[in-house]
Amino acid sequence: MFYRTSGQFKTTYESDQALFPIKQDMFLLVVILAIMYAIFPMFASEFTYKALLVPVLIYSLASLGLNILTGYAGQLSLGTAGFMGVGAYACYKITTIFPEMNIIIALFLSGFFSAAVGVAFGLPSLRIKGFYLAIATLASQFFLVWLFEKWAWLYNYNASGAIEVRTMDIFGLVVTGPTASPMVQYYFVLGIVSVVTFAMINVTRGRYGRTWKAVRDMDIAAELVGINLMRAKLSAFAVSSYIVGIAGALMVFFWKGAAEPNLFDIPMSFQIVFIAIIGGLGSVMGNFLGAILIVALPVVLGLLPELLGLTIGSATMEHVNVMVVGSLIIMFLIVEPHGLARFWALIREKLIIWPFPH
Amino acid sequence: MTVMDPTLEEVKRRAEEREVLLDLENVSLSFGGVKAITNISFNIKKGEIRAIIGPNGAGKTSMLNVINGFYQPQEGVITFNGEKRSSMKPHLAVSQGIARTFQNVALFKGMSTLDNIMAGRATRMKRNMFWQMLYWGPAQREEIEHRKKVEEIIDFLEIQHIRRTPVGTLPYGLQKRVELARALAMEPELLLLDEPMAGMNLEEKEDMSRFILDVNDQLGTTIALIEHDMGVVMDLSDRVVVLDYGRKIADGVPEEVQSNQEVIDAYLGLSH
Repeated sequence: MFYRTSGQFKTTYESDQALFPIKQDMFLLVVILAIMYAIFPMFASEFTYKALLVPVLIYSLASLGLNILTGYAGQLSLGTAGFMGVGAYACYKITTIFPEMNIIIALFLSGFFSAAVGVAFGLPSLRIKGFYLAIATLASQFFLVWLFEKWAWLYNYNASGAIEVRTMDIFGLVVTGPTASPMVQYYFVLGIVSVVTFAMINVTRGRYGRTWKAVRDMDIAAELVGINLMRAKLSAFAVSSYIVGIAGALMVFFWKGAAEPNLFDIPMSFQIVFIAIIGGLGSVMGNFLGAILIVALPVVLGLLPELLGLTIGSATMEHVNVMVVGSLIIMFLIVEPHGLARFWALIREKLIIWPFPH
Repeated sequence: MTVMDPTLEEVKRRAEEREVLLDLENVSLSFGGVKAITNISFNIKKGEIRAIIGPNGAGKTSMLNVINGFYQPQEGVITFNGEKRSSMKPHLAVSQGIARTFQNVALFKGMSTLDNIMAGRATRMKRNMFWQMLYWGPAQREEIEHRKKVEEIIDFLEIQHIRRTPVGTLPYGLQKRVELARALAMEPELLLLDEPMAGMNLEEKEDMSRFILDVNDQLGTTIALIEHDMGVVMDLSDRVVVLDYGRKIADGVPEEVQSNQEVIDAYLGLSH
């Protein structure tokens, strides 16, 4: 009923290939963007920004990067957190070497460093596939964390061995450091995530997206339709690591404010793999749904007893939390193994033909 | 007016008149001690349908793999379009105008029919990452220009109704047709078909035969075809080359090949 597509005819290829060939999708997106840009900032507290909104956005972005590589190009990777670290450390070094540089430029430049490192560690993908490649990327994970610890130049020879973000501003507006307002940081992150997401939706439905998906589905056939496998795989590693690097820099500069090398260790890599798988591999929207489930839901659940007036010890709540989120993950994967994005796609299809079953 | 079958001499004369598109001279291919192809020479002429037949394991598919650069022959000279070929990679062969389909369907299963065929034009699309990210201006124009070509092929092969269907869910006969569409999207000069009719029922075979003839006739594509259905081979092809144990045992118009004693022996076996 809400998703009736009748009467929406396509007379040109432009309109047929438009981002939202169905008007209702467009409407839905406008509503979501309005909530993100206007409604949330009206009500959100500092806690909401710091514990819910900003983390969800940053994890979504990191997962989007991983999804380009694993979901679209079919190359398994367990080194996501390491590449995030490269982005963060690169941004840190750029802003210390060029203190006058605009943080936005520094951020987008630091992505190139993680892209280069990603391509270097992506080289094994030309010879090995699947789980073996995952293990090769795991090596990059260990190596990079080790490097962040041992190479003192990276953290400016700090006694603590951690990187700390100093106060920076854009045209007088403080965006990083302890004095920055969470709302400003939220808008900053939201803006960058929106831009990158828009760009990636376009890339994945264009030539690159098809090339990557062809390599994922059958690499020999891809080669025989004229796709250069080396270029396709390495471009996927580059684009993926670029986005992941930006996500890492955002995480340190606009959320945590400081980072130690072990932040970029394996647990975070796994967390991002989970987000991508539960959200749906080979989908852009899935990353956001997955991040909401894995990052935001535990926080919301933790707040529940207080809201309901129950007194449960925080340790108990922690256990309950793990149990609830864990069983939800299992349930969603049983209901739809292809992830939340596919789940939504099925619901949408049903809505379009509703009230008829076929 | 009755249509007369051309006489044997006429068929031969017609084949003689055509220009050579691909020429193989003394090509040999081996994997370690296994000799897949031994000293084979034949040519494919412009605009003809050339069948490659032979019993299982005769080296037919290896022959196609040599032609499109997937295997490197150890010996022999290959000339395509008057140019001698040195080393070859499949994606280079595509840019020279050689496309192929596979014995087992090799489609990109997670993608729609439209995307599969569009992927066949991947090498022809040039817009860089920057324009791709915007999907606007040159990138969109390029996309639409190729979409038009792809839609022509979709019309040609009558697969409009499955445009948006993921190919993994299609029946086998249609998958084969989508694969042919993807090969045609590369706008090849030479189209290599590896058993296009394997596993099809009679009706699907008739459809496929008609499409092959149409492609040859209307698009002017030269076709090299491997097929086991002798009825189809003899009806469709202009000339036939017969392989057995990696050697060429016969080469000529269908009538000649059919009556060749060596071919009959290869297929029916010899009493010892």
